[in-house]
Amino acid sequence: MEKLVMKTGGWFAVALAAFAAMLAAADSGFAVHMGIVCAAALLVAVFTMRSADYQALTRGLLKMPADQGKYDDDPVRWGVIATVFWGLAGFLAGLYIALQLAFPALNLGLEYTSFGRLRPLHTSAVIFAFGGNALIATSFYVVQRTCRARLAFPALARFVFWGYQMFIVLAATGYLLGITEAKEYAEPEWYVDLWLTIVWVAYLVVFGGTILKRKEPHIYVANWFYLSFILTIAMLHIVNNLSMPVSLLGAKSYSAFAGVQDALTQWWYGHNAVGFFLTAGFLAMMYYFVPKQAERPVYSYRLSIIHFWSLIFLYIWAGPHHLHYTALPDWAQTLGMVFSIMLWMPSWGGMINGLMTLNGAWDKIRTDPIIRMMVMALAFYGMSTFEGPLMSIKAVNSLSHYTDWTIGHVHSGALGWNGMITFACLYYLAPRLWKRERLYSLRLVNWHFWLATVGIVLYAASMWVAGIMQGLMWREYGSDGYLVYAFSEVVSAMFPMYLIRAAGGLLYLSGALIMAWNIGKTIAGSPLRAEKPMHDAPYDAQADRPLPAAQPA
Amino acid sequence: MSYNDMRHFADSWGLVFMALAYLVLIGWHYLPHGRESSRDAANMIFEPDSEQTEADHG
Repeated sequence: MEKLVMKTGGWFAVALAAFAAMLAAADSGFAVHMGIVCAAALLVAVFTMRSADYQALTRGLLKMPADQGKYDDDPVRWGVIATVFWGLAGFLAGLYIALQLAFPALNLGLEYTSFGRLRPLHTSAVIFAFGGNALIATSFYVVQRTCRARLAFPALARFVFWGYQMFIVLAATGYLLGITEAKEYAEPEWYVDLWLTIVWVAYLVVFGGTILKRKEPHIYVANWFYLSFILTIAMLHIVNNLSMPVSLLGAKSYSAFAGVQDALTQWWYGHNAVGFFLTAGFLAMMYYFVPKQAERPVYSYRLSIIHFWSLIFLYIWAGPHHLHYTALPDWAQTLGMVFSIMLWMPSWGGMINGLMTLNGAWDKIRTDPIIRMMVMALAFYGMSTFEGPLMSIKAVNSLSHYTDWTIGHVHSGALGWNGMITFACLYYLAPRLWKRERLYSLRLVNWHFWLATVGIVLYAASMWVAGIMQGLMWREYGSDGYLVYAFSEVVSAMFPMYLIRAAGGLLYLSGALIMAWNIGKTIAGSPLRAEKPMHDAPYDAQADRPLPAAQPA
Repeated sequence: MSYNDMRHFADSWGLVFMALAYLVLIGWHYLPHGRESSRDAANMIFEPDSEQTEADHG
């Protein structure tokens, strides 16, 4: 009982402190954030009181220890739901800002709905909220299965999930309020950064703790990728966000670095967020879920190890390719370019390893829509890791940089690779986590697959055209030595491409809505949809009989 | 250590150390025992127990 009182009292104290900080805040944004923290702490306090087992407390019973013979899947279930929810939010924000670029009136004349504030909302929602929840949920699922051990530190695992949602809410509301460090993919201000650091260390403890208590002697390669993702993101996040707050009760802070050092730190972070968050973490998902869904071991385990160490050794140096033809020293630019080109090898090695896992079972692409999604994800992993090194070459970069080609490249990786592999994993997980025989509908998975694929194709193709056109128009000189096109002319030339891009985004979002419906019905326990199976050999009852005896003439 | 010293260390001994570490980490799996243990590791996720929600009590 004392423990319960202490716990609840502690949460009330946090709420009180947040309330005091809200009243004393130096700026309105910080005040709103402290209000959110206060409300969240009160909510937890009330929940702690309501959910306590008072009967057991009065009888002086000790809490039953968790059954170590069962996997701890509650945080994974919440993570699946959160991934679907944040995915929809992030895709919708993306579609809206795509339409804003075509129709500027959609900025609505309000600071809160302007492109500059909604754009980081979109990027963070899809990368950190959708992708991050998918990574946390799948890592908790995979590490338990491959270690044959229940999750270590269950309370801490719950803190990781809810603490991460808190980070997302603070980051998202902050962007709308105009609170930003102006660092790409690391916009949240100092106090949100500190909170994420705490959550991330807790994540490392839970994941590492589960690996330490494993019953399997070998640590499966997926866990190597997850661990490298967790460790590297911790390092990147801390270094990139080193900053000095102006006031302990205000949102604003200044970076510890200035000028080109700041730019290089930013892109060392930014590119490794791609390399370790969006690549290593999702490759961990690939190395577990693709073999499981295909029911075949990975094509070459040794290749997966070469893939792993090559990514670790190479990716970390590739960041400077974001700063070609800037104040960054030339040798650093060249270094970034060379390491990016070397990344071709391990990336394609990994893609081939994933695809060849289907060797001897290629028919599953026809019969199993989840495998189909995984194969498309790997194909886009291959395409975007081919395009990336190409764009890092200085000569190509001089055309592609600052154009929409970059946006197209990012989305072929994000929608094609990260999105598709995440959808496939969610479809794999939902029936297993909620003890259903199968998904509500496999036909709907197929619909999702095609809507998403056509959406990506429209997106990537329109952005190639837009980007190359833009780059060529910017650099077009007339015989008199003046630029041929005004910037505004380039903008208006982009209009049709922006419409096609928005149409692609709409298709992708529609696919995700179908997924939400399908997974929702699976979770809700609705009767499975009666549907024609994806593939079945034909059966003709009429023909299924012996030939009649020959009639005498 | 000045910037200049660090720079020279990075492209001499630092580079050698990194390259050797990379080769050792990968070469390890090509030692004679590698083929068998790699095959076991790749098939580990299919062992019957891991299919159920019950963990191994052993």
